[in-house]
Amino acid sequence: MPTPRIGVFVCHCGLNIERTVDTKAVAGALSEYPGVVYATDYDYMCSDPGQNLIKEAIAEHRLTGGVVAACSPAMHEATFRRAAEEAGLNPYLFEVANIREHCSWVHTDRAAATEKAIRITRTLVEKVKGNHPLEPIEIDHVDKCLVIGGGIAGIQAALDVAEAGFEVILVEKEPTIGGHMAQLSETFPTLDCSQCILTPKMVEASRHPNIRLLTYSEVVDVSGYVGNYTVKIRKNPTYVDPDKCNLCGECANVCPETVESEFERGLASRKAIYIPFQQAIPSSYTLDEEACLGLQPLRCSECAKVCEPGAIDFDMQPVIIEEEVGAIIVATGYDLYPIGNLSEYGKGEVPDVIDGLQFERLLSASGPTKGEIRRPSDGKVPKRVVFVQCAGSRDPENHNPYCSKICCMYTAKHALLYRHAVPDGEAVVFYIDIRAAGKDYEEFVQRATEEERIVYIRGKVARIYRDGDQVVVWGADTLSGKRVELRADLVVLALSIDPHPSTRKISRILKISCGSEGFLKEAHPKLRPVESLIAGVFVAGAGQGPKDIPESVGQGSGAAAKAIALLAKDKLTHAPEVATIDEEVCGGCGVCVAMCPYSALSLNSAGVAEVNEVLCEGCGTCVSACPTGAAQLLNMTDSQVREMIEVALDG
Amino acid sequence: MDERTDGFEPKIVAFLCRWCSYAGADLAGVSRMTYPPNVIPIRVNCSGRVDAEMVLAALEKGADGVLIGGCHPGDCHYVSGNYKTRRRVTLLKRALSEIGIDPRRVHLEWISANEGAKFQRTVSWYVNEIKRLGPSPVAEVVDGQA
Repeated sequence: MPTPRIGVFVCHCGLNIERTVDTKAVAGALSEYPGVVYATDYDYMCSDPGQNLIKEAIAEHRLTGGVVAACSPAMHEATFRRAAEEAGLNPYLFEVANIREHCSWVHTDRAAATEKAIRITRTLVEKVKGNHPLEPIEIDHVDKCLVIGGGIAGIQAALDVAEAGFEVILVEKEPTIGGHMAQLSETFPTLDCSQCILTPKMVEASRHPNIRLLTYSEVVDVSGYVGNYTVKIRKNPTYVDPDKCNLCGECANVCPETVESEFERGLASRKAIYIPFQQAIPSSYTLDEEACLGLQPLRCSECAKVCEPGAIDFDMQPVIIEEEVGAIIVATGYDLYPIGNLSEYGKGEVPDVIDGLQFERLLSASGPTKGEIRRPSDGKVPKRVVFVQCAGSRDPENHNPYCSKICCMYTAKHALLYRHAVPDGEAVVFYIDIRAAGKDYEEFVQRATEEERIVYIRGKVARIYRDGDQVVVWGADTLSGKRVELRADLVVLALSIDPHPSTRKISRILKISCGSEGFLKEAHPKLRPVESLIAGVFVAGAGQGPKDIPESVGQGSGAAAKAIALLAKDKLTHAPEVATIDEEVCGGCGVCVAMCPYSALSLNSAGVAEVNEVLCEGCGTCVSACPTGAAQLLNMTDSQVREMIEVALDG
Repeated sequence: MDERTDGFEPKIVAFLCRWCSYAGADLAGVSRMTYPPNVIPIRVNCSGRVDAEMVLAALEKGADGVLIGGCHPGDCHYVSGNYKTRRRVTLLKRALSEIGIDPRRVHLEWISANEGAKFQRTVSWYVNEIKRLGPSPVAEVVDGQA
């Protein structure tokens, strides 16, 4: 190998690094370091002049490699490698030493931080000394996209990818797509009918030639890598053939088993064989095997007897469908915070204390009361309704610490629609703050408070309990400093937004992280909001954080655009830092073959291990398992690591 | 405190997996969470890349402690590398105590990309732990033999 001629470029990052790290001293120390022929510092290495400085140094000093001591490689590794490439140097001969996130931002003692920055930079110089020029590995990919979750975010994502000409598999665990949006009455701030704007999209998704809809189905396993994921989907049996079902409803009429309707959130019942709502997609009945008396035809089979088209098939089995996809969009959505956790508000045991989605069903023309506001306990029209915001939100001691974002708006809408439905009724809203940041949102809340004469009380509700046929609400008015006790006919809790329980399961299957509250974690909170940390896996909708319909749709389209950009590529590239085997040293023991999680290793006809570099992800598990040192990771070999350790500790 | 440990600033090497712990350390930085500067991070793709030789090399070259950061069980970017690390570290700790090195000089912690605060806590705690243990005897022994 030629004598290394390494350049070191120390970035000030304005004051971000310079404030705690003496960058001149770092450059000075490194200029003395063996193998380093040039070291300098500059305000912003990532700026155009900074990159030009690097390019000029490569030419002028005939550099064989370089280290940029700057921010995390997650930020600008690609930038600096591209600059190196533009100056004619192989990009894999450039490394980034992280002296910002791992040093200047976390330390206060300038001398100690400077010393640590020097040590960190030295380790990367040693790494570069052992690096080889590499070329990205080209891989083929599948032109298909999987969308997990058939709520509005998933539907939008599926439609956009399908419209771009790629095949989509849309998986939904419920018997119908539509998600929570299908349950809503009218949407803020325009008061559009939710189902009227949603159902055309549902129909479009079901009819689109590029979309394969798999409802009542769950993703059970995902393996592979960007561009080449193998997905296993379990399609649960509905026991009804959707192609034959003509929605006559005779089956439900004769079914003897009644359970609470999930769609109506327990405000109405359904039969064991049911359709969640009339516009459900696919438009077919589903037999709920948990609720059914028994699938053995001898036990009941009343439904099958009356089914004229013969759509009911008790022998239907779960099917595992295997699909190859190139990209995955996760849109698992939300669920409401469990009311049972709110013992101060009656734990869900007071019948006239309901949640926001139940109130949506009461408001909905297709709901259990046909749009009349009637309370669950006795069906009376409530004359005073108290709406409680932040029920389970913004309460780090007891419940969720975060703001659920959509409740201020939907509570204003609820109160307004209630006043329209019951003109002599009184609507009272308890709130902590009103957060109405969105186009036309503030105007909507103003309209609710001024024109609709809705009473807003600033304060938290401490306790809700039943007294006779009324509900007593104890709260505080923090503007007047007085205690408030109200007797209400109905209380509506704006329950906090939780990630849907399936989110955690899916995130584990896909190895994408969730934050502490269980919402899907995006790759960067500002700049990569629809990407996960796993290449080829994107996130959209309320599974990533509480959000309203326009935001969910926007994120669905955003995730779709990212997936399309990936699928439209001719070839994908794969990092070339993969495992290699020194055939001279390999004893053919096969330990690496057994250890490799990607089946990238095999023993060849000569009895030595061989790497399939397309399959190899570069984890290095084989390297640490290899007893002879024959397995090595390109540009992170055992000897490189040893040198890095030594200089990290030296002096 | 004896003379040897008075004002002792331990040297610690941290092998951090790129996907979880290294990113967790990045988040600690972005969130400006301060911790002692005794730990020099070395980025590896997977905690499964960390083998006994790397840890022993660090101890031999003068590390007073070695920290290994990986993804939480079930979250490994490379499917199962962290399980392999867990087994290796368990064995290594046993071997270390048999040759008279305090096994606490090696520590494995699961730190996700979201756990900046856990990274901060872990480093702060570990630096103190190693301060209590005092300088590693390994380097001295190695030097004595040379």
